Amino acid sequence: MSTKIKILFLSIILLAAILLGISKGSINIPIFKLFSKEYQPILYLRVARVILGILVGAGLGVCGVVLQAILRNPLAEPYLLGTSSGAGLGSIVAIILGISSIYLPFVAFFGALLSIILVYILAKEGNRIPVQSLILAGVIVAIAFSGLIIFLVSISSNPAMHGMMWWLLGSLQIYELKLLFMVAGIVILGIILIFIFAQDLNAISIGEEEAVHLGIEIEKIKRALFLITSLITGVLVSVSGVIGFVGLIIPHIARLIVGPNHKILIPATCLTAAAFLVLCDMLSRSLLPPLEIPIGVVTSLIGAPIFIILLKRKQRIK
Amino acid sequence: MNTLVKVEDVFGGYTKESIIKEASFKISQGEFLGIIGPNGSGKSTLLKLMSRILFPQKGKILFKDKDITKVKLKELCQEIAFVPQDTLINFSFLVWEIVLMGRIPHLKRLQLETKKDFLIAENSLSLTDALHLKDKKIDELSAGERQRVIIAKTLTQEPILLFLDEPTSHLDIGHQIQILDLLRKLNQEKNLTVVIILHDLNLASEYCQRLILLNEGKVFKEGAPSEVLTYQNIETVYKTIVVVNKNPISSKPYVVLVPKERCPQD
Repeated sequence: MSTKIKILFLSIILLAAILLGISKGSINIPIFKLFSKEYQPILYLRVARVILGILVGAGLGVCGVVLQAILRNPLAEPYLLGTSSGAGLGSIVAIILGISSIYLPFVAFFGALLSIILVYILAKEGNRIPVQSLILAGVIVAIAFSGLIIFLVSISSNPAMHGMMWWLLGSLQIYELKLLFMVAGIVILGIILIFIFAQDLNAISIGEEEAVHLGIEIEKIKRALFLITSLITGVLVSVSGVIGFVGLIIPHIARLIVGPNHKILIPATCLTAAAFLVLCDMLSRSLLPPLEIPIGVVTSLIGAPIFIILLKRKQRIK
Repeated sequence: MNTLVKVEDVFGGYTKESIIKEASFKISQGEFLGIIGPNGSGKSTLLKLMSRILFPQKGKILFKDKDITKVKLKELCQEIAFVPQDTLINFSFLVWEIVLMGRIPHLKRLQLETKKDFLIAENSLSLTDALHLKDKKIDELSAGERQRVIIAKTLTQEPILLFLDEPTSHLDIGHQIQILDLLRKLNQEKNLTVVIILHDLNLASEYCQRLILLNEGKVFKEGAPSEVLTYQNIETVYKTIVVVNKNPISSKPYVVLVPKERCPQD
């Protein structure tokens, strides 16, 4: 199959996921009925959710691709590296301090950046970062930050905070439309910036010294990419909470479909991850109506077994 | 002959400690230079300094009379390429994708490869006798095939100077000779300057026009193989007793190892 057909195939899957995401939920409404006047508020809500799902999926998926390439580690992703929890902690602190919600994404970004630097320092052994110690450092930071989030939420006198446990489990509920537009702008810009570095990512994934021999200023580019992934993760977590494993499993699936060339892998990951997240959200709404299962639970239940398979397959990235 | 690289009183290493201590020598355009020396003598460090992976702690390295630490990395990589010992690639890139990466120094970001780039890549693959591997995955190749693909990638960079760090140490003798013959051909036909680290003294003697023998981070001796590969030099540096004969075919020096139990008692 040629690359174009594969991308087309993935686009069709995303389209199908979007249609399912709009029509299914705690109540099933056929598509054509959704456009009638009486259902318009529901259509409006669901479309917003699907858009956020696409953004979160594509954003976290691409962050996973980047982290796996620059750390040359098949298990790297924002959730397992503690970046998401750092962003979550940043958001909670911002809410407690009463910072306006429009600045929330930026505080979350600082939380994300802080945690990625912390994990990097913890995991570094001399000049290299062994796979196991990176994941270990990431998980430790994630647990510590999650603990802090729970602590801060439980002692908070702000009654609204007690409903905020979704930070830990993720939700695609939109509470402010303005925020959605801002998030969309930043995430799309971030993904475009990452795509500009596609060929650099190819060279870096072969090896750091090999990349230098091809004229790539690796330290500068790595720093820029850490910054962009922290930004995307932080911004997304500030509106959707911590959603795990998307950045881990989707890049692997996309690599199986289109291969490791980042010029194709990045778009393919966007499509696959967006479809995956929209479907997971659809499941979270429709499995136990009227209850909503947190979307992070759904992605973890699917992601954890795949994580174990990847761990057993050692260092190889296929 | 024109001087291509000038190493002037260079000190260098990975940490504060210097592995290379006051090395000075020149590399001429079009020569086939071998770097030899025992483990830990600083061969790889020297190559990393000359290819800008490491920066000198003291001294200067000039390429075409310009300090390499002051030239833009990308510009440098349009003329200098590097072949490592063995490249373990975790991702299953296609051979063709790997070889095309050799064009990175010549292209801007997001600039698409043109017909000319494809032609250069294809030409490099046929030079290294690897064109038939074009559509294979890199992680499915044998060590010899993989090394030929990596050399093809570096040739796609169209360098005038090629550094190689023991490129044949993981290969059997057949593949070793194949790669060295290829390098000699490129050296003679394309006037490619080759600087190669070799462990095997006899291969170094056979293929290199000039040798630099390193010992404890310093240039111990440099010159033609017949001047460098004397039993006195080798015994001093490698602390091993050898007999140096002549290769009956090429009449180049030929180093024969002598196991300790056969040595006459001092």
